[in-house]
Amino acid sequence: MIPKAFDYCRPKTLPEAVSLLQQHGDAAKILSGGQSLIPMMKMRLAQPEYLIDINQIGGLDYIKEEDGYLKIGSLTREADLEASDLIRSKYPLILDTAFSIADPQVRNLATVGGNLAHGDPANDHPATMLALNAEVVATGPTGERSVPIKDFFVSLFTTALQPNEILTEIRIPVPPARSGGAYFKLERKVGDFATVGVAAQVTVDATGTCQQAGIGLTNVGGTPIKANKAEEFLRGKPLDDGNIGQAALLAADDAHPSSDLRGPAEYKISMVRELTKRALTKALNRASQER
Amino acid sequence: MTTKRVVDITVKVNGKEHSAAVEPRLLLVHFIREHLALTGTHIGCDTTNCGACTVLLDGRAVKSCTLFTVQADGRELRTIEGIGNTSALHPLQEGFKEKHGLQCGFCTPGMIMSACALLEKKPHPTEEDIRWGISGNLCRCTGYQNIVKAVQYAADKMSASAPQA
Repeated sequence: MIPKAFDYCRPKTLPEAVSLLQQHGDAAKILSGGQSLIPMMKMRLAQPEYLIDINQIGGLDYIKEEDGYLKIGSLTREADLEASDLIRSKYPLILDTAFSIADPQVRNLATVGGNLAHGDPANDHPATMLALNAEVVATGPTGERSVPIKDFFVSLFTTALQPNEILTEIRIPVPPARSGGAYFKLERKVGDFATVGVAAQVTVDATGTCQQAGIGLTNVGGTPIKANKAEEFLRGKPLDDGNIGQAALLAADDAHPSSDLRGPAEYKISMVRELTKRALTKALNRASQER
Repeated sequence: MTTKRVVDITVKVNGKEHSAAVEPRLLLVHFIREHLALTGTHIGCDTTNCGACTVLLDGRAVKSCTLFTVQADGRELRTIEGIGNTSALHPLQEGFKEKHGLQCGFCTPGMIMSACALLEKKPHPTEEDIRWGISGNLCRCTGYQNIVKAVQYAADKMSASAPQA
């Protein structure tokens, strides 16, 4: 499969990339890891006139804690998340998610920023970032602005990014003590998109009462979904089996999957319920081990 | 039809530099097979699933059907032809031969390149590490058992011949 012909630009700096976006508008697409965009171009579902390759721009590839946030540069590869000691020791939810994406070759190229900016509800990081209450930084002609992740996913393949903006950083509030998270993904085979995925992040106090809960759902609607009702229900309650079960029912209530090759809608809703239970239970176990 | 610009690139492939003027839409796998005539890298699914087109880009395994040639400009590639040859097999090639790691052989170059990247990172892999390392490569013949044994064979042979630290 051969993509439609395009012109290729390889800016060395962020301002240069932004000015190329301003110049070409909707005719341009940003090339990051390319693991979603290139297949779409090969199938001619995407036919950009200009491809702006941002891979040569320095300083967009980092994982660090700073000012109370975990900051991930948008060009950070999934494989770099897997290899990061910081992610391995402190952010199990992000590690689970990175491991569940596609396969080793794809993870060597695919970026965290691209996984979000693509706006695909079947991608895995959106649910995780919704559970973690992340913010994304968009850089445009007038500088940076921060967008809460809950406002980022507008509709299928559409995000809050303007045509002249580039996603440059993801910020996640550093979780307090006794926090933990987990991602569960049901897939037909390794590397497949999720039939259903659930990300959960919880913080508990010394008695096991839930201080904060975040739940994100993958591939069960036109956008990635934040399970608000379940999150609110859990706050201030003990994370026992009864409450986890009730939260799972509420999360399933927020899911709006359609029937497709991966299964009927009813099955997917029922899987949201089950995976929410498993994700919350594992998140709680991890939070309890954290001191 | 508007004419799109051709781009000049230089890529080091298996230790040798190649310069070319390419269309930006030229996929890396087509450059490798058609421009360089290195046909050991296969095109299987052409949809980022099967891994038959796996090559090493700056040491990292990537699927060359999902990368434009221009993205490899100034970088280093390694293909199956750069691993060994019939008179001096790489331990992985020897392992696939000894352990019957192939039947039709179509997936083998990609399998070997993925395994090669794995062994560089993890010289003493467990069975699980190996299965994880080749999880982006599909084989429709072997059931994987003998591929795993072949990689294990290579790991053992390479670590036995590696200089002691």
